[in-house]
Order: sequence, then C-alpha cells, then structure tokens
Amino acid sequence: MSAIDAAASVFLIAGATFSLAAGIALTRFPDVLSRMHAATKPQVLGMLLVLLGCALRFRSTVDITTLVLIGIFQLTTAPVAAHMVGRAAYRSGVYRADLLVADELADRRADR
Amino acid sequence: MTAVSITVTVILATAALLAVVRAVRGPSILDRVVATDVLLAVIVAAVATEAAYSRDNTALPVLVVLSVLGFVSSVSVARFAVRSRSRRDDGS
Repeated sequence: MSAIDAAASVFLIAGATFSLAAGIALTRFPDVLSRMHAATKPQVLGMLLVLLGCALRFRSTVDITTLVLIGIFQLTTAPVAAHMVGRAAYRSGVYRADLLVADELADRRADR
Repeated sequence: MTAVSITVTVILATAALLAVVRAVRGPSILDRVVATDVLLAVIVAAVATEAAYSRDNTALPVLVVLSVLGFVSSVSVARFAVRSRSRRDDGS
C-alpha cells in the first residue's frame, strides 16, 4: 500500500465515521430540528471526505472531474433541502418548542 | 486496502441500520425524510468506497444520480408534508 493509498484509506474511514455519528444521533436526538443538524454531517463533510478518498484512488482527470461535480452539486443542494425540511417542520409544528434557544418567528406564527 | 474496505463496510452498515431504525420509528414524516436522506448518504459512501476499492469508474455516474435523487426526494416530500398538514387544519 503506497502513501497515497494510505491517505485515501484514512479519508474513507473518516467519512464513514461521520455517517456512523449521524446514525447514532438520529436514534438519540429528541426532535426533527436537532436530527437535521446531525444528518447534515454525512451529507456534506462525510461525503466530501469519501469523494476525496475516492479521487486519491483513481488519479485520472475524467474521474476526478466527476467526483468534483458530485461534491459541488451536493454542496449546493444540501442547504436547500435542509431549509425546505426545516421550514416544513416549523410550519407544521412537529418540533419541540421547549428545546429552542430563540424563536424569532414566534409572534408571526401566533396570528397565523 | 481489503482491511480498510471491511472496516468501512462495518461502519456504514451500522449507520444504515440506525438510520432505518429512525425511519421506521420516526413519529412524523419529516423524521423519516431526514432518516432517508442519511440512508442515501450512507449508500453514496458505500458505492464510492466500492469504486475506490476496485478502481472501477463505472459506478461514478450512479453517484451523480443518487445525489440528485436525494435532493429531489427530500424537497418534494417536505412540500407534500406542509400541504397535507395545512389542509387537515382547514378541514378541522
């Protein structure tokens, strides 16, 4: 195993560990908004680490271009999807209000 | 590299199992959406690890499709959840 393969192994294992952390958090965190916080880790940072490890294994221009494309697409779509899910959770009231530190939309929500 | 792939497989299998547990137990549909997104991220990581292990680039377009699928599914289900909840509020 060369040095580049060893680095790729470290990145792959680190990315998988982020997925495991999200899985543990999904079963232990109390409501939708805190679970969303944990679920972002494998979607963004974990996936970037895995793609980096993948790129270190392939080392060809076409494959690395595809991997960079996947990374950029994931970075642009993950905030939009998280915003939509969080907005749906807030508007349908499935979060736990006693766990919120600040609720700046509370007065607007009351007259709805 | 074989030991690395086995390690990653065990870690990802545990993560996928925990995500499936939340998708089954989740009290609201949004919990299930979040759990399914995590499950899809785990699947992407597994496919990428398999591609990196075998140095086989035929699986890379699958990764593109999977990342698009996760975005479209979570956005559409979130829209559906808001609409169905507000309609129920109007009816009652």
